[in-house]
Amino acid sequence: MTDTATAYVIENVSLYGDTRADLVLKDGVIASLSAADAPEGAVTLRGEGLIALPGLVDLHTHLREPGREDAETIETGSRTAARGGFTAVHAMANTTPTADTAGVVEQVWSRGREVGLVDVFPVGAVTVGLGGTQLSEMAAMANSRAQVRVFSDDGKCVHDPLLMRRALEYVKTFGGVVAQHAQDPRLTEGSQMNEGLVSSELGLAGWPSVAEESIIARDVLLAGHVGSRVHICHLSTAGSVEIIRWAKAKGIDVTAEVMPHHLLLTDESVRGYDARFKVNPPLRTQKDVDAVREGLADGTIDIVATDHAPHPDEDKDCEWGAAAMGMIGLETALAIVQKTMVDPGTLSWRDVARVMSEAPARIGRDGGHGRPLEAGEPANVTLVDPGAAWTVEPAATASRSNNSPFGGIELPGRAVATFLRGVPTHLDQALEGVRA
Amino acid sequence: MRHLLDTDTLSREDAILILDTAAQMAATQEREMRKLPTLRGRTVVNLFFEDSTRTRISFEAAAKRLSADVINFSAKGSSLSKGESLKDTALTLQAMGADAVVVRHWASGAAHRLATSGWMHGHVLNAGDGTHQHPTQALLDAFTMRRHLVSEPTGKALEGLTFAIVGDILHSRVAGSNIPLLKTLGANVVVVAPPTLLPYGMTEREDIAIHYTLDDALDAHELDGIMMLRVQRERMTGGGSGFFPSPEEYTRLFGLDGDRMRRMPDHAIVLHPGPMNRGLEISAEAADSPRSVIVEQVSNGVAVRMASLYLLLAGEEAAE
Repeated sequence: MTDTATAYVIENVSLYGDTRADLVLKDGVIASLSAADAPEGAVTLRGEGLIALPGLVDLHTHLREPGREDAETIETGSRTAARGGFTAVHAMANTTPTADTAGVVEQVWSRGREVGLVDVFPVGAVTVGLGGTQLSEMAAMANSRAQVRVFSDDGKCVHDPLLMRRALEYVKTFGGVVAQHAQDPRLTEGSQMNEGLVSSELGLAGWPSVAEESIIARDVLLAGHVGSRVHICHLSTAGSVEIIRWAKAKGIDVTAEVMPHHLLLTDESVRGYDARFKVNPPLRTQKDVDAVREGLADGTIDIVATDHAPHPDEDKDCEWGAAAMGMIGLETALAIVQKTMVDPGTLSWRDVARVMSEAPARIGRDGGHGRPLEAGEPANVTLVDPGAAWTVEPAATASRSNNSPFGGIELPGRAVATFLRGVPTHLDQALEGVRA
Repeated sequence: MRHLLDTDTLSREDAILILDTAAQMAATQEREMRKLPTLRGRTVVNLFFEDSTRTRISFEAAAKRLSADVINFSAKGSSLSKGESLKDTALTLQAMGADAVVVRHWASGAAHRLATSGWMHGHVLNAGDGTHQHPTQALLDAFTMRRHLVSEPTGKALEGLTFAIVGDILHSRVAGSNIPLLKTLGANVVVVAPPTLLPYGMTEREDIAIHYTLDDALDAHELDGIMMLRVQRERMTGGGSGFFPSPEEYTRLFGLDGDRMRRMPDHAIVLHPGPMNRGLEISAEAADSPRSVIVEQVSNGVAVRMASLYLLLAGEEAAE
């Protein structure tokens, strides 16, 4: 790890893709926007052609530790996150043991600190053991050193409407938010892929859009009724976008996230029964892809989150029905947003800063992240080279697992440097050449 | 043909070739000496992850009558139940030198995975994968239809004939294979099922006629054949998850009895892939009537499986 005392100067970089400045990173903060203020001995990087964004924040990550260290650890997960341009990740609660006590969330939080590559914010379980029957001690987690603000049974839906109502009300005590995995369990029993023409042809049990939409509709109504905020995880259907749009128009305090894979891939990818494309919620149709892109562009969908879900080879290299659901995505997320939203002209880089840093940090109440690139602010910065095209090689990832669905796909750009409180946690080899 | 995985990707030419070859195979089975030397020295593995005695012995008989060595591999576990994984099984079979693998699996796409994953190099015959397909069943059904309904059948398809498929279309790999194959062979397809047992999107297809009762279908079409699917009793159990309310109601709306059978033209045949639930989807009177070709389907199954094995394995030699 680089000495924290080292200062960095990024000369002539484009802030948010629209404003030229220098960035002087010193003592954990952005010390100045002028290289003239750089201290002696500072390492200088040339910023021409690069875009500076506030460090990316992922509201939806599975780090697998504790319990499934064969798939990912907090260390490998932090490394792949830093390489993807992230300075903070929210680690989902579906570990073994479940992150449903102050003890477990503090363990995850402190291990994240030890590794020091990203800020690891543990997500607390809404119900004990993700069992869906009894609220976990959310206040204990909120008041622990981990200061949990996001609560989710992700992987499972908080299906009981009364329990969901109680959870929504209860987290108001400490300004928390419930992040709902919207999936009606009865409508999706045994489901293997999106219910549609492709599932009919392939003979795979369908996961109908309505199973997501009905839960979202119920939960925005509940949130409106009790005056709480609610966050919708991995929104994937055109109907869900409409419901969120309606709820926001009504003034309901709802936020929603979309995954990079739902911005790019459709259920047509399933035709070869290759389990790398098995994910929950499943890949949908082109109509849904178009709708979630539109929703992200017009602000109906607030953020992009990865749902980075590592699985070892043996859980993917098998028949579809036996395979685990989920894909890794921390290293590809930014590039897919560029490919699907920025390059077509529907989002600016300033919008990317909003949907991948500022808004997720605001939803997660992450102090120090998603802040403006201004003097005096924490030096959590990501440098993007939008012209550094690359072809995804799943085996080259820093993640412990390589279950990426994007192998062989060419992506237009990538994060070339990530700074966490002024310390580089990722410096692309290509950047070495531009070191002044 | 390298594999026989489904009927969607089976060309009309290949389908007719299999039917014609099956006819030749069937002719040899009427001789006193039924065994042919064609696949001597080749190894065919019957890999069954799901019980199906009928299909397994049909493939076994077919392979043995072509003089192939047959290994029966019953792998009842799954990677879900912590048995041996499909991949390790495939690697084992590859190491043993299997020339062809006949696979029955509970997971849709398992045969496809076996054929395309690079785990093994042998030919793969899909003997039923999940709720996806069962292509040799569709081919033996088409063979039986052609034999009864097409004069001088060699080289011909099922052009202009009309067949009804009745029952659990949603979960039936038999229907999953029959519908595409019948369309490929130029037949008209009538589907009869409760809406709960139709696959998503099927009602929007313009190339299939759909009816929600058997009486409606019999009124609307001059059928040349009717295929009754087996109703799985577990499909109607479970609080709220039953696909229809009771066996009695199913029989009233979808069962083939003598009266309904007589409403079809005189030449129309009755098929069933077996095993039958007598008294549920088909009455004894219909099952045992002279129009029923259900027993003949079984013997035709051996001929069609002989033809499939022959074309995959011996056809390869000819090409090389």
